[in-house]
Amino acid sequence: MKLLQCPVNGTRPISEFTYGGEYREAPDPQTSSDKIWADYVHNRHGSPGLKKEWWYHGPSGTWFIAERNTLTDNVSRTYLFGQEKDA
Amino acid sequence: MTLRIAEKKGEWINRDMPLTFTYEGQTVEAFEGDTMSSALWAAGIKVLGRSFKYHRARGVLSFANHDVNALMTDGVDTNIRADVIPVSHGMELFAVNTEGGVVKDKNRFIDRLSPFLPVGFYYKTFFKPRMMFPFWENKIRKAAGLGKVNFDYPRQLRPKRNAHCDVLIIGAGPSGLSAALTAANHGKQVILVDENRYAGGSLGYDHAADSSTSDKLETLLKQVSEHSNIRLICDAYAGGYYGDHLVPVVGKEGITKVRARSVIVATGAFEQPPVFRNNDLPGVMLGSAAQRLVHRYAVKPFHRGVVVTGNDHGYRTALDLIAGGVEVLALVDMRQQSGDEQLAAAVASKGITIHLASCIYEVIPSSDKLGVAEVVLAGYDEQTASARLEHSSRIACDGVAMSAGWAPAAALLYQAGTKMRYDYAVEQFVPAQLPEGVFAAGKVNGVYDLALRLRDGQRAAADAVRYLGGQDVEQIEVTQSFQLAPSHAYPIVHHPDGKNFVDFDEDIQVKDFINAAKEGFDNIELMKRFTTVGMGPSQGKHSNMNAIRILARIRQLPVEQIGTTTARPFFHPTPLAHLGGRGFHPHRLTAMHEWHVNHGGVMMEAGAWMRPAWYQPQGAKLTAQQAVQQEAMAVRNAAGMIDGSTLGKIEVFGQDAGAFLERFYTGKFADLQFGSSRVALLLDEAGVMVDDGVAARLAEDKFYVSTNSSNAATVYREMQRNLQLWGMSVTLVNLTGAMAAMTLAGPASGSILTELTELDLFEEAFPQGAIRTAEVAGVQARIMRVAFVADLAFEIHVPSSSALHVWQKIMKTGQPFGLRPFGTDAQRLLRLEMGHHLISHDTDGLTNPFEAHAGGLLAMDKAFFTGQRSLQILAAKPVKKQLVKFVLDPGFSAELPKECNLVINAGQITGRVTSIAYSEYLNRVIGMAFVAPDQAANGQQFDIRTDDGLLVKARVVQGSFFKLSAQ
Repeated sequence: MKLLQCPVNGTRPISEFTYGGEYREAPDPQTSSDKIWADYVHNRHGSPGLKKEWWYHGPSGTWFIAERNTLTDNVSRTYLFGQEKDA
Repeated sequence: MTLRIAEKKGEWINRDMPLTFTYEGQTVEAFEGDTMSSALWAAGIKVLGRSFKYHRARGVLSFANHDVNALMTDGVDTNIRADVIPVSHGMELFAVNTEGGVVKDKNRFIDRLSPFLPVGFYYKTFFKPRMMFPFWENKIRKAAGLGKVNFDYPRQLRPKRNAHCDVLIIGAGPSGLSAALTAANHGKQVILVDENRYAGGSLGYDHAADSSTSDKLETLLKQVSEHSNIRLICDAYAGGYYGDHLVPVVGKEGITKVRARSVIVATGAFEQPPVFRNNDLPGVMLGSAAQRLVHRYAVKPFHRGVVVTGNDHGYRTALDLIAGGVEVLALVDMRQQSGDEQLAAAVASKGITIHLASCIYEVIPSSDKLGVAEVVLAGYDEQTASARLEHSSRIACDGVAMSAGWAPAAALLYQAGTKMRYDYAVEQFVPAQLPEGVFAAGKVNGVYDLALRLRDGQRAAADAVRYLGGQDVEQIEVTQSFQLAPSHAYPIVHHPDGKNFVDFDEDIQVKDFINAAKEGFDNIELMKRFTTVGMGPSQGKHSNMNAIRILARIRQLPVEQIGTTTARPFFHPTPLAHLGGRGFHPHRLTAMHEWHVNHGGVMMEAGAWMRPAWYQPQGAKLTAQQAVQQEAMAVRNAAGMIDGSTLGKIEVFGQDAGAFLERFYTGKFADLQFGSSRVALLLDEAGVMVDDGVAARLAEDKFYVSTNSSNAATVYREMQRNLQLWGMSVTLVNLTGAMAAMTLAGPASGSILTELTELDLFEEAFPQGAIRTAEVAGVQARIMRVAFVADLAFEIHVPSSSALHVWQKIMKTGQPFGLRPFGTDAQRLLRLEMGHHLISHDTDGLTNPFEAHAGGLLAMDKAFFTGQRSLQILAAKPVKKQLVKFVLDPGFSAELPKECNLVINAGQITGRVTSIAYSEYLNRVIGMAFVAPDQAANGQQFDIRTDDGLLVKARVVQGSFFKLSAQ
């Protein structure tokens, strides 16, 4: 079982976490075309590599971003959303 | 006890504790500490089992936990590994896989049929004619498998334990022990595990008649046991390697999950057999098995025997055999020259003839085919891997010890992601590139000399300590040089009559590989599956290496290009009870749980919760259907109450609370009056309906939101995520467990509740959708009017600690009014009668609000809500399906359609039934279904196809079901 670093609670076993999907920047709903919006909502690219992902630490209720290489399953860093620069 | 010898230093048996047991009905004497095999062997009993396929007599092979032909049953357990499991007083053992006893096994005739049972026989033979297959399948299934499953097996609950350490060392042989001491001396917390009953590994048996070896072991063990940083766990194996150094250590009492900061694999190597005809007869065993018998159990492997070897280990074995009182008649070395000169001299000095460049051509069985009578010695041609019979001779004997080389016990290294390479200097796969934090030491690392193994353990430990941050720890170099490799490159002797076994689990001979390759199965993975090599209980521990060597020679490729098969966890067969743990499946119980159970509640799992599906009234014998209809009728005619504590209950505080809910849900909440509520419909970004609950406003900056029971956790989680994303000034409190809820419904509900509260419950003061805070039965409560199961219904939320009190008070007060508790089944019927859909029951992962008549809940004029942008796109397109209510004809009595039965129009599927039930109150079958948009008009008929293919007419109802009778 893997370990994952919660930016608030430190290193915890993966069973305490829930995967929340890839973090993707949403296009501006006011200005984006139907096509761009539909692409954002429905299309994912599964190619392996470094991804930003949402993870949720259940016992403490903490959402955070993990940067994970999906090819090697190596998590390079984790941080609270919006605190990327301090990570 | 014909083969028991005088006491050996360090032996594992306790001669002060004699015991008796029976084997196949025969009484056998043994000592405490004997394994089943060692006790039987000491008593001169050599037929310990029958082989899987040909039912050949088999005895001891490895004594290292892969003697899979010596499997026993004690009447409770089956497939007990006799070579390692201790025998206890009074046991009644039988060999598995026999019919009519192990000696007179009725299936032993199959051995004579073996020429007609080539590899792949089963794949190619029984599939036609097709009609005969069930007959053959029955026969084959009976023949396949070993022991019989005991269906009365006692239930076992095995809790998982957890352990943590700096360095986990797997294998307590010389390299593991020295690694443990080195790491511990650097202040690291060490866990050292070994699958054997006692630590020591080869130090305990591979002496080559040098008594100083056991002194060395004694010293090491003393140092280890006295070191406070080392925890030694014996009789437990490391079952696998999982991410971030998690290793399950499996012992008799269950699994300990060891989370290590680094792992040293010092698992050693499995001795590999040379392959010659009849190398499987009882009495023919691996050299290390013979050494273990002598040193651990003080048992002579045989009286007069021959040693055949492809490496120096045969010489060491010969010396140990002599020290154990065995008469060694010859040492047959398959190599052109012997390796270690001192060893060769020591063997020669005992008067033993060393036959170089020679092999055993075949072993001649005794007349009963249950043991060894003679061996045929011959010259050995390495180029052709065949015997030179012009130099053959015969030696009468009763046993053979055989050594050909080693295969690294590298399963855990592979699982950790180690890249291995084939090292021709040692003729073995060794680690080429280890993953971070994983180290290898000793034989598994290709190091064989005892002094070097001790040093390699220190080296690996120093590496591990440096990995853990000990930068000042000095690097240790281990260099070794061989004249000859510890493993023979091709220890195979061809024989025209076969029976030269490579895999003892599955009875696979050399010719089987040749035939498999001829048929095109010449890739290691294909060959494994076609021949089943390595697929038996030992998982190739003594056969995979020879199989790779044979395939390499067939394909004329170097060994490293053949590769190895994947070694998956678990390393060793592990009881399901260990994996299942203690049956820990947590349930959430509401505050009224005991009450439900005591009042006939038939409890069902609802997500994490236990909820009553229906109640069996005391003394009654209702069917579920009868009880559900009675409960529903009570709600329609008098009153009913359901425990709704499982609803998600979330308080949303803060100056942005209203704005947050407006972004989160589809409706408007900013303008919501205090004391009133609105339906809260949640969509995902694609506009799919995810949840519907109720959001009630308690104050300017305080909302109380409920969610569907099954979505409580998800909705709360999504709220938290969006709060972070949107950066709003809101605090969430999840009250799902802290608050209980109950719904009192039905025409009498107001009259009942009014007796317990001072709140004005009349329509004008307390309209539909209102929320009030008041005392109910003396407990501060939040009361909401929610018309989900009935027009008049009160949802009463109280702290869980007081909930039972309130529930009981209401029940007592309601008794004269005909109040009954109702369960989730009646609730489903009641809401269907009311015409309410259930999200994710009547809708699916693609349903948008336009398809489910939920357009009225969308405030499309808001600036933003989740799913809004997608709905704008969807709104411009025609809907593809429509959720409608329907009824069947009055008095419908044929086969009732089921949920998920299809709606058929002119032979085409146009939809499906999502809910259907008979309502006693309406005396009609009512339901909901998805239909094509052109089928959705009021009164329109459509067909539902039942499981039996019947077409049932249904009619769309757009108004309330309750107005049906008036129509």
